[in-house]
Amino acid sequence: MFRNQYDTDVTTWSPTGRLFQVEYAMEAVKQGSAAIGLRSRSHVVLACVNKAQSELSSHQKKIFKVDDHIGVAIAGLTADGRVLSRYMRSESINHSFTYESPLPVGRLVVHLADKAQVCTQRSWKRPYGVGLLVGGLDESGAHLYYNCPSGSYFEYQAFAIGSRSQAAKTYLERRFESFGDSSREDLIKDAILAVRETLQGETLKSSLCTVSILGVGEPFHFLDQETIQNVIDTFEKVAEEEEGEAGEGEAEGEAAAAAAPAEQGGSGDQDVAPMEM
Amino acid sequence: MTKQHANWSPYDNNGGTCVAIAGSDYCVIAADTRMSTGYSILSRDYSKIHKLADKAVLSSSGFQADVKALQKVLKSRHLIYQHQHNKQMSCPAMAQLLSNTLYFKRFFPYYAFNVLGGLDEEGKGCVFTYDAVGSYEKVGYSAQGSGSTLIMPFLDNQLKSPSPLLLPKQDSITPLSESEAVDLVKTVFASATERDIYTGDKLEIMILKADGIKTEVMELRKD
Repeated sequence: MFRNQYDTDVTTWSPTGRLFQVEYAMEAVKQGSAAIGLRSRSHVVLACVNKAQSELSSHQKKIFKVDDHIGVAIAGLTADGRVLSRYMRSESINHSFTYESPLPVGRLVVHLADKAQVCTQRSWKRPYGVGLLVGGLDESGAHLYYNCPSGSYFEYQAFAIGSRSQAAKTYLERRFESFGDSSREDLIKDAILAVRETLQGETLKSSLCTVSILGVGEPFHFLDQETIQNVIDTFEKVAEEEEGEAGEGEAEGEAAAAAAPAEQGGSGDQDVAPMEM
Repeated sequence: MTKQHANWSPYDNNGGTCVAIAGSDYCVIAADTRMSTGYSILSRDYSKIHKLADKAVLSSSGFQADVKALQKVLKSRHLIYQHQHNKQMSCPAMAQLLSNTLYFKRFFPYYAFNVLGGLDEEGKGCVFTYDAVGSYEKVGYSAQGSGSTLIMPFLDNQLKSPSPLLLPKQDSITPLSESEAVDLVKTVFASATERDIYTGDKLEIMILKADGIKTEVMELRKD
């Protein structure tokens, strides 16, 4: 995308029918660190890569609880994401107050999308620079939606956003057909494996990712480091054993390098973000 | 010409009595389960006790529609607090919130007579007693509602520290054990039920301790 004379205002169309400011906002989403969501019939898992500004700082919070039955993972301008999460929480609480029942996630994403659309049609505003993966439960089961800065939203079985998300998407595309009937544990494992894809060679440690889950009979909560490390250990160890045999799959090359450091990774990283829930 | 007054009132009194007693590591909150209007009974099994947070339980008598509305507001505010602070509200914090919420409607009050019971930050029992517009005080025990005038003098007799002027300063917390406090509550309700027509049917007792909440139900006279 190159600079052109139609990209200064969000209220200026290009001759080819594009709103460049909105598209630039979508670029901001691609700059953020990866966030991944996947769902089965009864559960939704949201996972993200913990990116910190520097070694000295704690990492950005990218997954937020909206209600017991709704969670959101963001990628892009986290400040915009925080503000939108607050809006979502407020909508959820107001709905519960008025109707004494949980806000259906499908309604929430429409509210979000409408809010985003307003910013694409006002000259004194700018689009939100954040993509949201909204996971939630309603009467018809588990749902995962993606809301983008343009104001559109889509429902997904599994999706990834942010930098290097294409690697995760490729992994998910191969596996998504089985997610519907996946068990809770398999879903978590797939989420962490998808996170690993975005790391592209970097060793996978539990301190590098945040994983959250919600489902039927299970309110939204974060998985603790120990649980995540245990899941990582299961597939790192398997890969280690198969190391000596003839060519396996994608797991091979990365896992061999990742296996040794992964052992040390789990113990030392308890100093992770005091801000992490 | 004498001034005309409204034939309609936005308020009603659904009767009932609420009591709470604070202990060194527990808090007992009790209320009867009779809901009435005028001389009629609406329900013999209506709970006037509502858990607001892990360590804060509210019991309110008065106009139950206002009580319900008040509970809903507090519940929503508590959710917001949890999102912002990543933890539950403490009982003293809830006490202040309740006071502010009541005063917010100073010129069209919640017709609710509240007793808030729970554990403070140190794990000691605490009871806060309110009027309809939010004036509140931390006390060792309290009674509100239709039977309060019968119960409060008896609780004073049993639990009140000698004199506020006495030194050294006495704690507002009861020296009673948990079982003694529960027995006292059962006794006062049985007596109040005898003479107060709006109190009776069943007694619901909630005992709040650090490890959780226990509920007990006792029968009361139904006449």
